[in-house]
Amino acid sequence: MPVMEDRLENKTRMDATNVESPPDEKNRSLIKISDFDFFYGDKQALFDINMDIAEKEVTAFIGPSGCGKSTLLRCINRMNDLIEIARIGRGDVRVNGVDIYDPRVDATVLRKRVGMVFQKSNPFPKSIYENVVYGLRIQGISKKSVLDDAVEKCLKGAALWEEVSDRLDTSGLSLSGGQQQRLCIARALAVEPDILLMDEPCSALDPVATAKVEELIHSLKNDYTIVIVTHNMQQAARVSDRTAFFYMGKLIEMNATDQMFMSPNNEQTEAYISGRFG
Amino acid sequence: MKRYFHEELEDVRSNLMLMGEKSVEITNSAMKAMLEGDQVLAEKIIKSDDVINDIETQIDDEVARYISLRAPVARDLRLLFVAVKASHDLERVGDEASSVAKRTIKILTEGPIGPSLGQVPKMCELAVSMLKEALQSFIQEDENIAYSIIKRDKEVDSLNRENFSQFVELMKQDPSTVATCTEMVFVSKSFERIADHAKNIAEEVYYLLTSQSLKEVIRAEKQGR
Repeated sequence: MPVMEDRLENKTRMDATNVESPPDEKNRSLIKISDFDFFYGDKQALFDINMDIAEKEVTAFIGPSGCGKSTLLRCINRMNDLIEIARIGRGDVRVNGVDIYDPRVDATVLRKRVGMVFQKSNPFPKSIYENVVYGLRIQGISKKSVLDDAVEKCLKGAALWEEVSDRLDTSGLSLSGGQQQRLCIARALAVEPDILLMDEPCSALDPVATAKVEELIHSLKNDYTIVIVTHNMQQAARVSDRTAFFYMGKLIEMNATDQMFMSPNNEQTEAYISGRFG
Repeated sequence: MKRYFHEELEDVRSNLMLMGEKSVEITNSAMKAMLEGDQVLAEKIIKSDDVINDIETQIDDEVARYISLRAPVARDLRLLFVAVKASHDLERVGDEASSVAKRTIKILTEGPIGPSLGQVPKMCELAVSMLKEALQSFIQEDENIAYSIIKRDKEVDSLNRENFSQFVELMKQDPSTVATCTEMVFVSKSFERIADHAKNIAEEVYYLLTSQSLKEVIRAEKQGR
C-alpha cells in the first residue's frame, strides 16, 4: 500500500506525531484546509478557505444557501470528484497531514476513513443487517461472527439497536425516517471511519427524530471527528463545539460555538445568527 | 426525553441553591456578630460577601450561555429568568448582611453594643425563616410555601417601624446614643430589606411553578375574583 494511503488507513499512526500544525485548542487538528479555492467550471464556489478542524469534536458549518458550506464538506472526502466540472483552484485539504488531493491517494480509501451521512436518508433496499455490513462485505469480510459483532456494535453506536435488534432481517426501508437516518449512520460507522461528515442530517426529520440524532452526534464525538452542515442555527448551537460561518464562498468566522453564539467577532456573523441578514 | 444539555439547567439550579444557603448563613452570622459584639466575625462576613457575588456572576454566565445555545422555552425559560432575578435578590441579601457587619464594627468602636437592639433579632429570625422557606419552595417545587411567605413580610415591616420609633425615642432621651441608634436604624432597615428579597424570591418561584404573577393572584383574591 502506498505510504500516503497507509497514513490515511493506519489509525495507529493517526496520532499527534503526524500533525503538521497543531492548533492551540485542547484537541489537535485532524483536518487542515489551507488557501483553498474551489470552482464549478468558471464559477468560483470557495475563496481562500483556511481552517483547522479538531479531532473528536463536532464542527458545524453554517451560512445561507449557496454559501459553499456543503461544497467544502464534500471536498473533505472528495465527493466533488464525482462532479465533472468541479476543480480545485489552489490550496489543499489535509487529513492527518496527508494532502487528500495528491494523485497517489485513493479516494476509496479516503472515503473509508471519512464517512458521510446525507441530507436524505438513503438506506439500501436490503435488510437492516445487510445495510450495516454492506461496507464490510465490499472489503471482503464474510465471517458471520465478525459481521454479527459489527452489526450489534454499530447499531448500538447509532442508538438504534434497542429498536431493531429483533427484526434485523426486515428491510431498512421499513424503518421511520429518523430510524433510517440512524441506520445510515450505523452503516457509516461499520467501516470504522475517523471522521463523519454530515450534510444536513436532520433536515427531513421531525423534532423527536432530530433530537435522537442530535443525542447520537453528542455521544459519537467521543470516538469520531464530526463535521456537520446545518441550516438550523439552533442545531449548530446545540451539537457543536466549534462553528464556522460561511458567506458567498468565504469563511467569515470560525470560533468556539459558545463564543460564536454569545459574542461573535464579526458583524456579518452577528447579523446572520440573530436573523438580521439580507 | 431528557437531552444531554438539560444537565446544564441542573447546574443553574444547584448554584442558586448554593447561593441561597450562603445568603442564609451570612445573614445569621451578621446577627450573631452583632449580638456577641464579635468584630472578627463581622470582618469575616464582609469578606465572604464576595463568594456570593461570584456565584451570581456564574449564574448570569450559565443563563446567558443556555439561552444563546439551547433555545429554551416554557418552564426551562422561566427557570432561567427566575435564576437571574432570584440570584440578584440573593446577592442583595449578601450586601445587606455585609452592611450589618460593617455597622456592627462601627458601633463597636463607640463601645459595647448595649441592650438597645430593639426588635432587630426578631426581624432577623423572621427574615431568615422567610428566606429559608422561599428556597424550600424552590427545591420542593411547592407554590403553596411561596404563597405563605408573602403575608409575613408585613410583620417584618411593622417591626421595622417599631424599631424606628424606639431608636428615635432613645436618641431623644439620651443624645449620647445618637451615633449608635442611627446605625441601628439602618441595621433594622437592612433586615427589612432582606425580608423583602425573600418575598421577591417567593414571587419568582411562584411564577416559575405556575407561570402566574403572585401579585396578580393576591390582587384578584382581594377583589373577590
